[in-house]
Amino acid sequence: MIENIRLAFQGIWSHKMRSFLTMLGIIIGIGSIIAIVSTIQGTNNALRDQLVGSGNNTVNVNLSQGGEAYQVYDASSIPQGIPVISEDTRQRILALDDVEKMTSYTTRFVSDGVYYRDKALSEFNIYGVDMDYFDTLSYAIKSGREFLQEDFDAFHRVIVVDQTASDNLFQGANPLGRTVEINGQPFTVIGIVYQTAGYEPNIENLDDYYTYDDGSNGIFFMPKTTWPIVFQYDEPENVVIKATSTDEMTRAGQRTANILNETITNKTSTVTYSAEDLLGIVKQQQELANASNLQLVWIAGISLLVGGIGVMNIMIVSVTERTNEIGLKKAIGARKSAILWQFLTEAAVLTSLGGVLGVAAGIAMSQLIHRFTGILVGINWPAALIAVLFSMIIGIVFGLLPSVQASNLDPIEALRRE
Amino acid sequence: MVLKLDHIDKSYITPKLVVPVLHDVSLHVEEGEYVAIMGPSGSGKSTLMNIIGCLDRPTRGTYELNGENVLNKNDRDMASIRLNNLGFVFQNFQLLSRQSALDNVALPLVYAGVRKRERIRRAKEALTRVGLEARMSFTPAQLSGGQKQRVAIARALVNNPRLLLADEPTGALDSRSSKALMQLFDELNDEGVTIVMITHAPEIASYAKRVCNIFDGVLTERTDSDRTKIEAAGGIGL
Repeated sequence: MIENIRLAFQGIWSHKMRSFLTMLGIIIGIGSIIAIVSTIQGTNNALRDQLVGSGNNTVNVNLSQGGEAYQVYDASSIPQGIPVISEDTRQRILALDDVEKMTSYTTRFVSDGVYYRDKALSEFNIYGVDMDYFDTLSYAIKSGREFLQEDFDAFHRVIVVDQTASDNLFQGANPLGRTVEINGQPFTVIGIVYQTAGYEPNIENLDDYYTYDDGSNGIFFMPKTTWPIVFQYDEPENVVIKATSTDEMTRAGQRTANILNETITNKTSTVTYSAEDLLGIVKQQQELANASNLQLVWIAGISLLVGGIGVMNIMIVSVTERTNEIGLKKAIGARKSAILWQFLTEAAVLTSLGGVLGVAAGIAMSQLIHRFTGILVGINWPAALIAVLFSMIIGIVFGLLPSVQASNLDPIEALRRE
Repeated sequence: MVLKLDHIDKSYITPKLVVPVLHDVSLHVEEGEYVAIMGPSGSGKSTLMNIIGCLDRPTRGTYELNGENVLNKNDRDMASIRLNNLGFVFQNFQLLSRQSALDNVALPLVYAGVRKRERIRRAKEALTRVGLEARMSFTPAQLSGGQKQRVAIARALVNNPRLLLADEPTGALDSRSSKALMQLFDELNDEGVTIVMITHAPEIASYAKRVCNIFDGVLTERTDSDRTKIEAAGGIGL
């Protein structure tokens, strides 16, 4: 076999141009497939990064109605029979083996009632959070401080804002220590936070911006114990859990939702807890992207077919040219199988080499696609390996007919030919 | 006995006609003999050579090589017999043009499953035996006709065959190279190599220790009186 491979390389080298032109079909076919697969991989990676987040593994378990997130706007929209999450429920959720952390919060999207100095502010998200919120959602303090236990215990009217809120509210001035009025209550800004990991949309162009823009001018966080002072009522909470791994996110979310739904006293309530299935959404979108891109793979496969026919053609030419050599080898004792393997190896080496060059061309092509169109690409090494193996198989399949022809040559006839 | 052909007939059968080529050919060759089969073009000598070389099968008759009936073997076994018992020397050398002399000589050993190091050792030994130790890395294009034929002889000898078959070995050589080659055959025969050579040239046949004539597919032993006639007519023209 090693001798056959050596002979094959020798043959390829002695007919460099012919070998290259023969391989060209395979190079183009494999190159196109690798470029397409790299684009699929890039798209999938981007979808996963954008929706699931990079290593945060948090799952929102929100109140929802008819498949849509349930939003509380005012006191009248507070659903009945949904209690505030008790310590017992919290412990049951934390006891789940796929849940690492949990936090609960109340939230409202406010359009009025918030003032800074003489300026009315609208379109803000206000969150009433517990001590675990920032840690669970991977928020870190940029300046100022986090909430302390005493802020919760003593109902301190303090808020932490995110960078967007800070920019929109204070127009570049240092927000720390400034007072914001929410529903008539003065709140002092004590910190600015930013999210270190998590759902961070990858906005690369204007279309992405409109897709991900939620219309919010930023987020205010206040201690959840202070919430009733501002909004008068205890409100049902939403939950965020942190799963132990990305793969456990869907299961952990569902189990948490089940526990929370057991606590709902109004059994006819149309508002229930449901876990967002980011992995499921990602999979659906990935499948959609894959389905359309796989069509392209089939089209590129036609190029491989053409390449394979080219290999068969050149191998038939090679057998004809080397009839005399085949005759000699058979005369001196080479078995049919030895001749068969020699030509099959030659075809397989030729196409495998084409496959390797095709993978290199595909990677180069995908980098060019990325550079000129901005489409994200990711090199899929298992696909590259499969591509090379597949080209080897093409060589074997399309080299079979010429190889059988060669091995069946009558040595007397073959020796006579010049 | 190395070779024992008895009552061999060979006809080429086509749907329209039957062409008889060999008629009742019998040939026995003992170990260490040097036999020439001489005949004009179309006499059937190449057909006989192909049968002796296990490349073709007779229509009738028996053939034993080293005491073994080879005619009941399948193609695969025939290939093994050629590999292990026979060494071929062809008129037009039949060397692989892209391979060095050493690789050409080592080729039969590849099919015999000999490991690379041993292949190289034995190929070098065979090339030294035919006086080409200084030309091992040369390709056929870099060798003269005589040297090419020596490479072919080294290749035929490398697997220590029981029988060396030479088909018009001087056919593509000038007279000087032909003479040198015949001297090499003599030396090899003196070393114990059994040789069967096919030729159309009486002067080449005369180098053999035993000569058979073939004409219209009939093989006859040449008598001493035939030999005397040739020598009287001017001997070998080398």
